[in-house]
Amino acid sequence: MAAVSTVDGGAARYRPTGTLTFRTELRRQATRRRTQLSLGFMVILPLVILVAFEFGGNNNRRGGGDRGQFAALADIAQSGGLNFALFTLLVSASFLLVVIVALFCGDTIASEASWGSLRYLLAVPVPRARLLGSKLLVSLLYSLVALILLTGVALAAGTARYGWHPLRTTVAGDIAAGPALLRLLGILGYLAITLLVVAGLAFLLSVSTDAPLGAVGGAVLLQILSSILDQITALGSLRVLLPTHYAQAWLGLLSNPVQTDDMVKGAIAALLYATLFFALAWRHFLRKDVVS
Amino acid sequence: MPLSTRLRRILPSPRLTRRRLVAGGLGFAVIVGIVAWAAWPSTPDYRVSDQTITVRSGPDGNSPIALDTSYFEPKSASADHQAPAVLLAHGFGGTKEDVVQDAEDLADRGYAVLTWTAEGFGDSAGQIHLDSPDWEVKDAQGLVDWLAGRPEVLLDRPGDPRVAAVGGSYGGGLALMLAGYDKRVDAIVPQITWHDLNDAFLPQSATGTDAPGVFKKAWAGLFFGSGAAPTSAGGASAGAVAGGGLPGTGGAPGQRGAAPDPSCGRFAKDLCQAYLSIATTGHADDAQRALLERSSPASIDNRITAPTLLIQGQADSLFPLSEADANARAIAANGTPVRVAWFTGGHDGGLGPQSDQDRVKYLTLQWLDHYLLHKGSAPSDSFTYSRLAGIDANTDGLVALGYSVDQYPGLAGQSTTAITVAGPPQPAANPPDGTPGALSTLPGAGALAGLASAAGGGSVSATRDIPGQHADFYSAPLESTVDVVGAPSVRVRAASPTGEAVLFVKLYDVDPKSGATLPDGLVAPINLTGLPANFADATPVTVRLPGIVHQFQSGHLLRITVATSDQGYLTPAAPTVYTVAADGDVTLPTVHSAPIASPNIIWRFVLGGLVVLLALGLAVAILLGRRRGTRRSGAQPALDSRNKRKDHAVRTDLADIPLVVEGLRKEYGDGFVAVSTVDFTVHRGQVVGLLGPNGAGKTTSLRVLMGLTRPTSGEIHVFGHRLVPGAPVLSRLGALVEGPGFLPHLSGLANLKLFWRATGRPEADARLDEALDIAGLGDAIHRKVKTYSHGMKQRLAIAQAMLGLPEVLVLDEPTDGLDPPQIAEMRRVLRRYATDGRAVLVSSHLLAEVEQTCTHVVVVHKGEVVASGPVDDIIGDSPSVQFDVSDPQAASEVLTRTGVRSVVGEGGGTLVVDLNGTSRADAVAALVRAGVGVDRVVPRRRLEDAFLSLVGGDTKASGER
Repeated sequence: MAAVSTVDGGAARYRPTGTLTFRTELRRQATRRRTQLSLGFMVILPLVILVAFEFGGNNNRRGGGDRGQFAALADIAQSGGLNFALFTLLVSASFLLVVIVALFCGDTIASEASWGSLRYLLAVPVPRARLLGSKLLVSLLYSLVALILLTGVALAAGTARYGWHPLRTTVAGDIAAGPALLRLLGILGYLAITLLVVAGLAFLLSVSTDAPLGAVGGAVLLQILSSILDQITALGSLRVLLPTHYAQAWLGLLSNPVQTDDMVKGAIAALLYATLFFALAWRHFLRKDVVS
Repeated sequence: MPLSTRLRRILPSPRLTRRRLVAGGLGFAVIVGIVAWAAWPSTPDYRVSDQTITVRSGPDGNSPIALDTSYFEPKSASADHQAPAVLLAHGFGGTKEDVVQDAEDLADRGYAVLTWTAEGFGDSAGQIHLDSPDWEVKDAQGLVDWLAGRPEVLLDRPGDPRVAAVGGSYGGGLALMLAGYDKRVDAIVPQITWHDLNDAFLPQSATGTDAPGVFKKAWAGLFFGSGAAPTSAGGASAGAVAGGGLPGTGGAPGQRGAAPDPSCGRFAKDLCQAYLSIATTGHADDAQRALLERSSPASIDNRITAPTLLIQGQADSLFPLSEADANARAIAANGTPVRVAWFTGGHDGGLGPQSDQDRVKYLTLQWLDHYLLHKGSAPSDSFTYSRLAGIDANTDGLVALGYSVDQYPGLAGQSTTAITVAGPPQPAANPPDGTPGALSTLPGAGALAGLASAAGGGSVSATRDIPGQHADFYSAPLESTVDVVGAPSVRVRAASPTGEAVLFVKLYDVDPKSGATLPDGLVAPINLTGLPANFADATPVTVRLPGIVHQFQSGHLLRITVATSDQGYLTPAAPTVYTVAADGDVTLPTVHSAPIASPNIIWRFVLGGLVVLLALGLAVAILLGRRRGTRRSGAQPALDSRNKRKDHAVRTDLADIPLVVEGLRKEYGDGFVAVSTVDFTVHRGQVVGLLGPNGAGKTTSLRVLMGLTRPTSGEIHVFGHRLVPGAPVLSRLGALVEGPGFLPHLSGLANLKLFWRATGRPEADARLDEALDIAGLGDAIHRKVKTYSHGMKQRLAIAQAMLGLPEVLVLDEPTDGLDPPQIAEMRRVLRRYATDGRAVLVSSHLLAEVEQTCTHVVVVHKGEVVASGPVDDIIGDSPSVQFDVSDPQAASEVLTRTGVRSVVGEGGGTLVVDLNGTSRADAVAALVRAGVGVDRVVPRRRLEDAFLSLVGGDTKASGER
């Protein structure tokens, strides 16, 4: 029996706003192996680091501030749960989290294209903008979940092993545990904002190619390129334009008093870049001929 | 193959379309612009001329002194457009090169800047007279005369230029002295300089006593050493402080004539002898005191009428905050506008963090702009200071927070807090010759003192007290944080067997966890006389501790340490043991201040604005998207001529026709025309076959039908609604184009269910059971799709296309990968499907299948429809049959007689007969009656004939146009 049509020509009970809902897309991505593995890795990593510290013992108390922030924070990582979580975040922030976010956001459209299911979704019809929005939202959610999982598990494991102590910083003294937790959440928030740039880039590449690896790898490569260029001081003030220039600005939350100037600038840069990339992705996808 | 050909084949050769050229050109221009802007050399706005100016100096004004000067003249200044002038003086032991950066900054702002090397230093002639009114001040007056003679310098009166004197340390002292002796100076900015050299070099921190001070031997020795080296090369002193820092290696041999005395160097004789005497004895007699006072603003500060901006360093053991305080009070007593600012640098602390440098620069420029250029309103007399608040984890530098107070409170603060220290009287031994001596600060080694006072915890203090040489008195842990701004004071009692004692009183900030720090490394030396030998008879003496800016956090303790030695001061040589006590209240001055907002605060507003803007933009975009969606579907007529693809109203004349394709054309960017003109219609109940060779444009047309590709021109209407990508009418269309597309990690059933969930329609509408029936996969439906064979995936894809039983079914090669029984089943399914008002469009190569399945056929070739209509029409009226007979000759005669249209012999006993309505049975019967043996009777593949004739048989290059 032919379905009764509606005024807009769609089939009965078809609503454009009902297609590919958030929950459906969530389920679509949740069943994938890479989602489960990534989130599982986020849980396992802090535990692995914890075990590694057990092997290390207390025999690397070499002083010297000229080894930089990393070595300094590694030395005090065993002082308490908060320090351990901070250390885990520090070692993951520059590369691992970039890869995870690029994976979630760069794989989402490109993998559908490579499986051939993208054209059937578009033929449902799921409006193109809605498809992008739904997939992006779910990818961002998973990235955020990964971030929170990493920090949460590190905090829990660190507290269980080392106890709940004030946050020790190398130069600015101790920060009481309660405010330190808030600062840790602030660091998390800032990392999330700077990772939006990676998400945008990966998403843009995802709608442009059919190869998921190309999208993910491309986003990571460009992020690495930006970090390399940032090290070249000969570029002078041009470096402010690079998206990763303020990537380390969250260290300002460890200062006493809190230095938020660089974080504010970093947030502005990240939002601008992310908006640019997302706008380009939308524009490209809405106009292109889907050939996958 | 030559290399060039190979290269040409390998390298990409994109077509240069206009869009690509424009985009590439734009990107290139942007990159070139950015690089050019960054690398463009900037030309300065001023001219520099170095010259030697000879001034008449000396007590009688007749001694010519040749001064090495540099004059920075702004290019905007001329005789018609005069500019005010600034005399920029350098610090002790330096030359005019030390202040070049500041001179350039001022010249950029339109001031004419004159820098010179003070006499006795560098390439200038003369001797060092320590800013004596007879010599250095007269030199500066001579320079003012010179400036008055320049045409581009603004004059207040003939011979009186609009001029300010700016300088640090030695240069600051000169600025004050010049203002006192020459009324032509219109404003001064002395930095980190002294009020009275006697107080600076022989400080006495005990109040109410006439005893002489304690000689600051380390600093004095440094100064003397830098002036006393007669033949060292170069002039640039270490450290960029406009003033102090570590004094450099002194002057080059500028003065010809008699070889200088090696112990005096370029110092004037009287000064040299005074220093040698004081350094030996540790005391200054009246003549020496008068000599030092003559070179100090203390002698003339009641004569300074030029508005004064006093900038003093908090980390400065040479000229501490008390010097600037004395200057400020004395000058303000005249009614002269005075403003005071403290910063965390100084002779020990350097220039301070960037925020301090910016603040000092801002204050200086504001002062000069108003009093020289008469620009802006009068600067307020508010007092600003800063406190080292911690370490910046980002830059590993110090962080200073700036504060502002309405009026300069002086060193006594606006209010006081009293903290009690307690402890028994303790002995402290004075070491022979002052060795080993406690270390409170290293002169000029700024970073150490700065870190010692700034770091919250865990950093090493630079101070060292020698055990046995000091007495400590502790307070109870502080209940609340105390911000000290000013000079604390404490009462000390002492007893000495000799009747005299030289003691150093220090106020420490003790953190129970990490140790004691001495704020800014400053100590208060006291020289007590008339002391009893018995401690019980000792009377308290009030000691004014050095002025500091320090935050004593709650939980910390105060510690008053009375020490007997300090490496920076000259102590009695004879070893003695004193008994000291410092119990009672420590008075801590505090002020009521407001923090100075950092200029970076503006970025927070930018961020807030950006977030609001983005949120608004997102909301608007979503709303627009929804509106455009409802409009596109034809729910309301939209005669929007601005929209390129005009959304027409619903075509009611086509409302009942499932699919109408009109004039479809698809041309790609590089000029390839995939579909040139395609028109066809699919009515209800029809199964239409879309036929064509490879590259005819079938798949492209189907992709347009699915809403994946936008056609270059032409329209498609489904039930009267225009079909564009995303049109809701697509939900009445089910498709299988270019193969199946499933999530390989899910089972077949899960895939179907997930797909239906993506449509948003209720599950009951899916008719899942019927679809699964058609797929016919049985139990395999629960296995993961990646384990399926191609045929299974194909059947599942057909089932997915049939989910919800759409009214239009579009299938591209549905039988690809199916085995013959499945093909036969599919045939039946499709025929059954096209009932109840539904329509099916099948694109296929298998002509036999199309002939059996479809009711209508559309043949496309090279992007155009070459034939369309019912299958029978395409095939033709007369079906032909192939007869295999024993006697072709006889057979053809017989058949011709039975009334067939044509008989064509093909050799080997095969005849192709076009039966014209005659039934096959009749023909066979006629042949048999005639005695001809009939071997085979085969109906010819009729559609194939028609098809091949339509496409002309040239399928080789069918992809090219």
